Amino acid sequence: MPFAHRHLLGLEGVSRDELTFLLDTAASFKEISEREIKKVPTLRGKTVVSLFYEASTRTRASFEIAAKRMSADFISLSAATSSAAKGESLLDTARNLAAMRPDAIILRHPSAGAPHFLAARVECPIINAGDGAHEHPTQALLDALTIRERKGRIEGLTVAIVGDILHSRVARSNVFALKTLGAALRLVGPPTLLPPELHAWGDTTSDLHEGVRGADVVVMLRIQLERQGKNFFPTVDEYSRYFCLTERALAGAKSDVIILHPGPMNRGVEIASDVADGPYSVIMDQVTNGIAVRMAVLYLLANRAKAEDDVESQPEAAAVPQLRRRVG
Amino acid sequence: MSGAILIRGGTVVDPANGVHGPRDVLVKGGKVAAVVEPNGDSEAGAEVVDVTGCLVLPGLIDMHAHLREPGYEYKETIASGARAAVAGGFSAVACMANTNPVNDSAAVTEFIRERAMEVDLARVYPIGAVSKGLQGEELAEIGEMHRAGIVAVSDDGMPIMNGGLMRRALEYAAMFRLPVIVHEEERSIAADGVMNEGTVSLRLGLKGIPAAAEEAMIARDIALLERTGGRLHIAHLSTAGAVELVRHAKRRGVPVTAEATPHHFTLTEEAVDGYNTNAKMNPPLRTRRDVDAVRQGLADGTIDVIATDHAPHHRDEKECEFDLALNGIIGLETAVPLALRMAEESNISLDTLVTAMSVNPARILGVPGGSLAVGSVADVTVVDPQRRWKVEAAQLQSKSRNTPFEGVEMHGQAIVTMVGGRIVWRADAAAKKMVATV
Repeated sequence: MPFAHRHLLGLEGVSRDELTFLLDTAASFKEISEREIKKVPTLRGKTVVSLFYEASTRTRASFEIAAKRMSADFISLSAATSSAAKGESLLDTARNLAAMRPDAIILRHPSAGAPHFLAARVECPIINAGDGAHEHPTQALLDALTIRERKGRIEGLTVAIVGDILHSRVARSNVFALKTLGAALRLVGPPTLLPPELHAWGDTTSDLHEGVRGADVVVMLRIQLERQGKNFFPTVDEYSRYFCLTERALAGAKSDVIILHPGPMNRGVEIASDVADGPYSVIMDQVTNGIAVRMAVLYLLANRAKAEDDVESQPEAAAVPQLRRRVG
Repeated sequence: MSGAILIRGGTVVDPANGVHGPRDVLVKGGKVAAVVEPNGDSEAGAEVVDVTGCLVLPGLIDMHAHLREPGYEYKETIASGARAAVAGGFSAVACMANTNPVNDSAAVTEFIRERAMEVDLARVYPIGAVSKGLQGEELAEIGEMHRAGIVAVSDDGMPIMNGGLMRRALEYAAMFRLPVIVHEEERSIAADGVMNEGTVSLRLGLKGIPAAAEEAMIARDIALLERTGGRLHIAHLSTAGAVELVRHAKRRGVPVTAEATPHHFTLTEEAVDGYNTNAKMNPPLRTRRDVDAVRQGLADGTIDVIATDHAPHHRDEKECEFDLALNGIIGLETAVPLALRMAEESNISLDTLVTAMSVNPARILGVPGGSLAVGSVADVTVVDPQRRWKVEAAQLQSKSRNTPFEGVEMHGQAIVTMVGGRIVWRADAAAKKMVATV
């Protein structure tokens, strides 16, 4: 089953078949990055705009490499250099960009729902590269691809997600995707970051050892140093005493456990260096897979946009899409 | 003074006088002159308004609205707000102090009253600020504003975090018999939340405001009131726990009153889904359980008043990222059908509704109205409970369009609003005028 959405706003509500199709598509693109000449003409003549209202190194670089390996033209705008710094509204910025007829806009924004807001108001496909504490769908797709490669499946695996679940968009997207794909989830962190409603998503515990016991996969979340002083935990030092993934904590996990981290890592805070660099770590696979996943997403969305535009003789015919919380 | 008008053929619902049945109402000299069994007679020379099939109510009073003037005329003016009020069936509306400048002085109070007199539609009652500049630090000149005509004091929009100030406000306002109307929100608990804290906020990745933020402040203020005496009116109850706190306080005889808004007894947090900024308000929309508790509170009299918290905002202030959008929705023109629907769904009597929308607001604010007894001011609202209409914000009288009910089919509408014996709104006339201008 193909991925029949105009936008990639999040993974909540994306079906198992669609997720599998996305992962299969991504897997098929991996080979391109192994070639000596890492470029295919698939998106030649397409324009991809990345609009980042938050600092990012690897996500943006990953999208840029993905777009360029597909021969798309890639324009990168950040809030610090764009009109946003002059007080222009998100809507005006996006309308101006949309009027330049890009084939996809990749948006990272500190407000949850910002991509949904844009998707309802501009014609071109919107790819969510992280919206506040809501979702980061391409990160969860690359995590899922990495897990599937290493384990051969996702169904039936026990996955522990450890850290700031409350504020993490990576955690949300991972929960939505991995649950749909049949994994059993454990959510681990201090009670201040585990609201009671989380029970609907998985088992929760504040005991790291219990959380990783028997786990097939451990996803470590970056702890935001800014949370210090907001009383979610007293100090980063104390946090790491209880939630830093060390060899000792890992001892109870399955012997073939794999460790994921979306980066950038705080070594010695949420993950010990010997674990991050150890044999179970698949962090570098994640980075490589990130490019394949983003190639797949761009391929599926930026290509389709063009095809649809050719069919639609009048733009008005495509009624402004309603606000959607999931995938447009 | 206006001529005589006979409102004929309707069903009078006048709980203050124990009347509920077919009556004709004769209005003369700005007062109710007679309320009689229908007999086909008509006063010689009186204009006859036939309202067969309609409800004839003491003029509805909205004790919680934001009319935005002075200072935010791009959102609403006293003129457009008063027009929205009468179009929604409100013969009177009390307006909150969070204007610019803040209504914390007699001069601003007088300005609002003068503007309202020029506009001459609904009665407009200014509410003065509790604290200077709504800063929550020093008492405003409540006595001076009282002389200028305020009917209550409130820092609405801003919770009074300083409990010492709150205590003094309750004590001091009692000297003028003014109620202190409070927006209950413990700011350090609410933090930077933008919607109810629960399953929906978790799913959407939005920061939550737990019910405890509202309840903690209500508990504090009830405790203060028991010591100080005076009058406390709690605005827009939104949680089951808040209703329970007020219910217990009333049982102990504490002089607290409370209100609920149509949106809090109609919508749940689910309305935020899709990052709908027209479902963003403070207090936030809560859960089904809370909605049911608010309805129960209205049914058993724990909640005295239905008030709109009409909060107009410009399109640009709502068409943006959810966490940046301003709080609140317009409510004057949708309150009547939403209240009727709620009453029907929850088996609440029309008498209770009229008590909550007219009798009690008049009593709490100490203003005329709330009664159709002979000799009362002739403020009358005629509601056609069957009339079907669809909300189109662009067609409403308010200057702003921020409603979550856009496109919703409503049953029931005020078709005549009378203030002081003068008809200031006729839905049919408005409809005809609209057709004519189209």
